[in-house]
Amino acid sequence: MSPRLRKWTSALITILAATLISFVLIRAMPGDFLDLRANELVTTQGLPYATAYKIASSQYNYDPNLPLWQQFVSYFGGLLHGNLGTSMTLRIPVSSVLLQALPWTLFLNFLALLLSFSVGTTLGLLLAWKRRSRVLSGLMNGFAVLSQAIPDFLIGLLLLVFFGVRLRWFPLRGAYDISYTPGFNLPFMFSVLQHAILPAMAYTLSTVGGWMLAMRASATQVLNEEYLLVAQAKGLKSKRIFGRYLARNAIMPPVTQLAIAFASMISGSIFVEWMFAYPGIGYFFGYALGNRDFTLLQGILLVSTLTMVVANLLADAVYSWIDPRVKT
Amino acid sequence: MNLLKTLFDVLRHNRKATVGTLLLVGFVLMALLGPLWLPVNLDSDYLERFQGPSWQHWLGTDYAGRDTLAQLMHGTRDMLLIAFSAALATLAIAMVVGTWAGLSGGWVDSCLMQVIDIMLTLPRFPIMAIFAGLFSIRDPLSFGGVLALFYWPGLARGIRSQILSLRHKEFIEVSRLMNMPMRHIMLGELMPNLVPYLAINFIGVARDAIVASVGIMLLGIVPLSASNWGMMLNMATTQTGAIYVPNAYAYLLAPIVFIVIFQFALMAFASGLEEFFDPRLR
Repeated sequence: MSPRLRKWTSALITILAATLISFVLIRAMPGDFLDLRANELVTTQGLPYATAYKIASSQYNYDPNLPLWQQFVSYFGGLLHGNLGTSMTLRIPVSSVLLQALPWTLFLNFLALLLSFSVGTTLGLLLAWKRRSRVLSGLMNGFAVLSQAIPDFLIGLLLLVFFGVRLRWFPLRGAYDISYTPGFNLPFMFSVLQHAILPAMAYTLSTVGGWMLAMRASATQVLNEEYLLVAQAKGLKSKRIFGRYLARNAIMPPVTQLAIAFASMISGSIFVEWMFAYPGIGYFFGYALGNRDFTLLQGILLVSTLTMVVANLLADAVYSWIDPRVKT
Repeated sequence: MNLLKTLFDVLRHNRKATVGTLLLVGFVLMALLGPLWLPVNLDSDYLERFQGPSWQHWLGTDYAGRDTLAQLMHGTRDMLLIAFSAALATLAIAMVVGTWAGLSGGWVDSCLMQVIDIMLTLPRFPIMAIFAGLFSIRDPLSFGGVLALFYWPGLARGIRSQILSLRHKEFIEVSRLMNMPMRHIMLGELMPNLVPYLAINFIGVARDAIVASVGIMLLGIVPLSASNWGMMLNMATTQTGAIYVPNAYAYLLAPIVFIVIFQFALMAFASGLEEFFDPRLR
């Protein structure tokens, strides 16, 4: 099997495994939730129990009377048609919950990644360039250690208490002030930004140290290359060497990590979003888990797996595009 | 004995490692002796709630007027147990799978690697949280076990590649040619070369396990004893509104500071270990 084919089959198997896991999850749930839902339909809509049971079973895309493999086939078939079932507690299709939540998560993570990547790589570059400055490197090393020792959601908690509760500079919960109408108007966009700053800072502060160290390592390696010596020997201005020779070459390895970092941020965003009640995928995951909303859980699990798989494929593609030696 | 002396020397001379080791010893002592010195009293006394630090309560009191320091010290035991059991179980699973894949090669190797690849691509936090919720965990040791189920793949892959690179080194070839028993090759030749890698990763997994466990408890999925650091944060942030009470800052900050110090201690200790295993760093 060629490596590329292997990657794609591996991606497919991973997605299958995720569906299987989410399928097993729904079977492991305590209590007969179909019965609950059916009884509810009987009382609210006055349907006979058998009909109500059928409706409930199609809503959750789940029928316990069939043999196990047929259940999986019908569940999987539903997935292929984009039917993720109905959320057990929110009473709307899981897919529409996901469609509402995903943009917020993407926006927040994009903002945070932009901030941490640009600041982190700049600092790392400066650190490698000014490697003889003991004060600077001591300060930055201290910061890197500290940022690695505090998990992002605890940084979030500290920011929330200090800037949100004490100073009241930023709002505590949600993604925007509901008194504004969503759309392309200035107050709404300002409100969105205002709500995103603290959670984005939580991610940024906890990841910026990692980018800094990665960039410093990469830049230090470039500094030892002979073409840099040649550039200096030619008498090029150090500004030009810094920008054209050092920065451009050193940025490549960190860039290849972007896709993976983005994906793992999305699947790791539960705690920060939960802390700020930011209505993204992670927040709804915490909600679904707390309220035992298993259809919603399944959907979120599938979406985050898909993100990871796509990011992995993307990272591979980017990597072999940048460095043709690994082309397979 | 000689090795222990070297370890001690390294830990003493590397300033960072000294601090880390002392802090770790402090945490162990706190877990063992703390509850004897300051027993946890979970009776509520609402007149004393949300007090700042004082001589009576060094780190203030919580939402029900209970001493924060006593709870934190009591919770240290749980945290150490979670970190230790998670790291140990991860190491055990990873060792078995990693050496199995590395030594057998062929289709066994590719199957195992495929499984590892899948496990690494699956979003870890969500699945871990779901498992922790489904199995209604009540004690720190099984919590560590559940975490280990999701932390072994990365380490197993690392061990496999270590073994692959060691496998064709001369000293292994020689011991094979000399018809030494497999057990000797494994334990006498391979293991000593793996120990540094394993030890450093042991600490890494312990650190990750602490972060993951605190996060999961913060979501309120795993109801461990109320004095656990994660549970304290959960109570403070989501249940009792302590974040809005100006006087409760000590109660809120103390668990965070403890977690950070514990993380730092492990990191610093690891840097000492690295130096111990790699004489070139000394």
